[in-house]
Amino acid sequence: MEVLKIATAGSVDDGKSTLIGRLLYDTKSMTDDKLEAIERTSKQKGYDYLDFSLATDGLVAEREQGITIDVAHIYFSTPSKSYIIADTPGHVEYTRNMVTGASTSQASIILIDARKGVIEQTHRHFFINNLLRVKDVIVAINKMDLVDFSEETYNNIKADFEELMKKRDYQDQNITFIPVSALKGDNVVNRSKEMPWYKGQTLLEHLEELDQKDIYNTGTPRFPVQYVIRPKTDDFHDFRGFAGKVYGGELNVGDEVVVLPSMTRSKIKDIYFYNKHYKTAPRRSSVTITLEDEVNVSRGDMLVKADDLPTIDKQLTATISWMDSASFTPGGKYTLQHGVNKVLAKVDAIEHKIHPDYSGIEENVTSLQMNDIAKVRLRLNKPIFYDRFKDHRTNGSFIIIDSRTNTTAGVGFIE
Amino acid sequence: MREVAAQFEKPVLLFSGGKDSITLVRLAQKAFWPAKIPFPLMHIDTGHNFPETIEFRDKLVEELGVELIVRNVQDSIDEGKVVEETGKYASRNMLQTTTLLDAIEEFKFDACIGGARRDEEKARAKERIFSVRDDFGQWDEKNQRPELFDMLNGEIEIGQNVRVFPISNWTELDVWSYIQKENIEIPSIYFAHKRNTFLRDGLIWSAEDDVVFRADDEQVEERMVRFRTVGDMSCTAAVESHADTIDKVVAEIRNSRISERGARIDDKRSEAAMEKRKQQGYF
Repeated sequence: MEVLKIATAGSVDDGKSTLIGRLLYDTKSMTDDKLEAIERTSKQKGYDYLDFSLATDGLVAEREQGITIDVAHIYFSTPSKSYIIADTPGHVEYTRNMVTGASTSQASIILIDARKGVIEQTHRHFFINNLLRVKDVIVAINKMDLVDFSEETYNNIKADFEELMKKRDYQDQNITFIPVSALKGDNVVNRSKEMPWYKGQTLLEHLEELDQKDIYNTGTPRFPVQYVIRPKTDDFHDFRGFAGKVYGGELNVGDEVVVLPSMTRSKIKDIYFYNKHYKTAPRRSSVTITLEDEVNVSRGDMLVKADDLPTIDKQLTATISWMDSASFTPGGKYTLQHGVNKVLAKVDAIEHKIHPDYSGIEENVTSLQMNDIAKVRLRLNKPIFYDRFKDHRTNGSFIIIDSRTNTTAGVGFIE
Repeated sequence: MREVAAQFEKPVLLFSGGKDSITLVRLAQKAFWPAKIPFPLMHIDTGHNFPETIEFRDKLVEELGVELIVRNVQDSIDEGKVVEETGKYASRNMLQTTTLLDAIEEFKFDACIGGARRDEEKARAKERIFSVRDDFGQWDEKNQRPELFDMLNGEIEIGQNVRVFPISNWTELDVWSYIQKENIEIPSIYFAHKRNTFLRDGLIWSAEDDVVFRADDEQVEERMVRFRTVGDMSCTAAVESHADTIDKVVAEIRNSRISERGARIDDKRSEAAMEKRKQQGYF
């Protein structure tokens, strides 16, 4: 069955968790025992409605404050599709988790509180979706029940959002507007009786029809070697297999490949998936490849087709999203992880920072703080084999690890 | 699995004999074939396991030719490190944490692969695939590393370890469908069978052993049951079922209105039972 991965984004109290709870409830994906637990706790708290956010806010601190702190992954299915929703927090200070959620999602839902309209946070959400090249964006204008289901309010918000869209870099994005009330269940799964003026699809109808674009289906095949398999058993004495995952197109037996960085050429002899042979390794498949020649390959090397080499360089320019409480400074040394490959990186310069409301850029910036997004130049101790993010989602991105604390401190998109 | 084998010095696969860890074993076989699984399995044995599970475990390990490490909660009790609970709801489930953390320290394991799934419980829904634990085995749920795209950061300091959840994004139905598709053998208690049972708090408990405390007024009756989850006997209830083949089990799960953890009494202790256990180092 198809799986659609969705990230949600919205400000605090825009009702993301409620929307997800509503989706689960109206598609009957919530089991009886979980529903009973929600009924029980809602009653204890003295609410006269079911607080669906209790289903997704899994941490004590979240329930105490009534906010979502960390990404939760929620699963539900309809007869035609399975869904994984990354319920990501809306607070400014949790931007990093929003980037995390969006990095693996095919579609995104941006929530707007109908009473508040487009706010600075909406700019941020849209910018991140645009930066990460999320193809399908649904703008759910929520809490329509609190603005008397007004068509005019909806149209004004829509017009404001369309202004935002003029500023985007990535043009090839499908944007759909839906007026909803997550609390009352209008236009989430069931069509609203209160908004006869809205002729479009409900949220679920729209999700069900979304074309399942494979977000990893960009660019040509890249095969980073994760692990070299050498059984040295009697049956497989000379077996040397290169285990990894195919990103981008596909690899076939007989393909002429180049091993990076050594630039040695060989041909694919066999493709194994467990104990069976295959002629083709499609994109996103985890396989083990053997080559015709005895070539030296180790973890972090990459197999690519001979007629399509990536850029091999020690310097790169990238947009980074900084996620650490320790600031990012020129002269600072970091570990850069590109796929499974790790190299040392030095910050050459911060070219400019993007304004928090994404209205423009700020130059002469000396350091980046948590949740800043900026364009930087990096120098590496060894070359990596990269593509630009717009051409190759996986081979064009990297993470930055703070070598002192080992934490994942930032993510970068190569230009 | 390959990332674990490549990034860590001493990984281990936590094996309970349940369907999720059996699935992990198959995935590990696949990841490294034709080589053997390059890490041992470890079972933290509460001493309250279903005998069918233990029998199954030993057979599987022999077939795979991998090392099995067993550490017993009973030993931790005998050493006075933990105190057994008493009363009607006594369970050894909580006590496992101490035994697990001691074993991690004993063997200096730096990565523990586990079969937890995000759909099991709402605190689990917050887990990363690579989840760092400190010296004390504790989970800092508010300060987790961001995980982006497919890149897994396994850098840790000495003393820390990483809990690894390869099937995080699978649902209970996904696991069952995979077992069906791959034709994987599982312990017999997962299939419907006749068993002496009694009712408590609306749940069905096994009365065939003395692990679950049974009051005199709790009537033993034979019922057709199976287990949806195979945890410690003291906190795992059965469900009424006639599903005696894998196809029937898959069909049953597909139509179920009760979640898998609905039969786990340990999660009903409070709204945050799982989160609290995880902070203390529970897997």
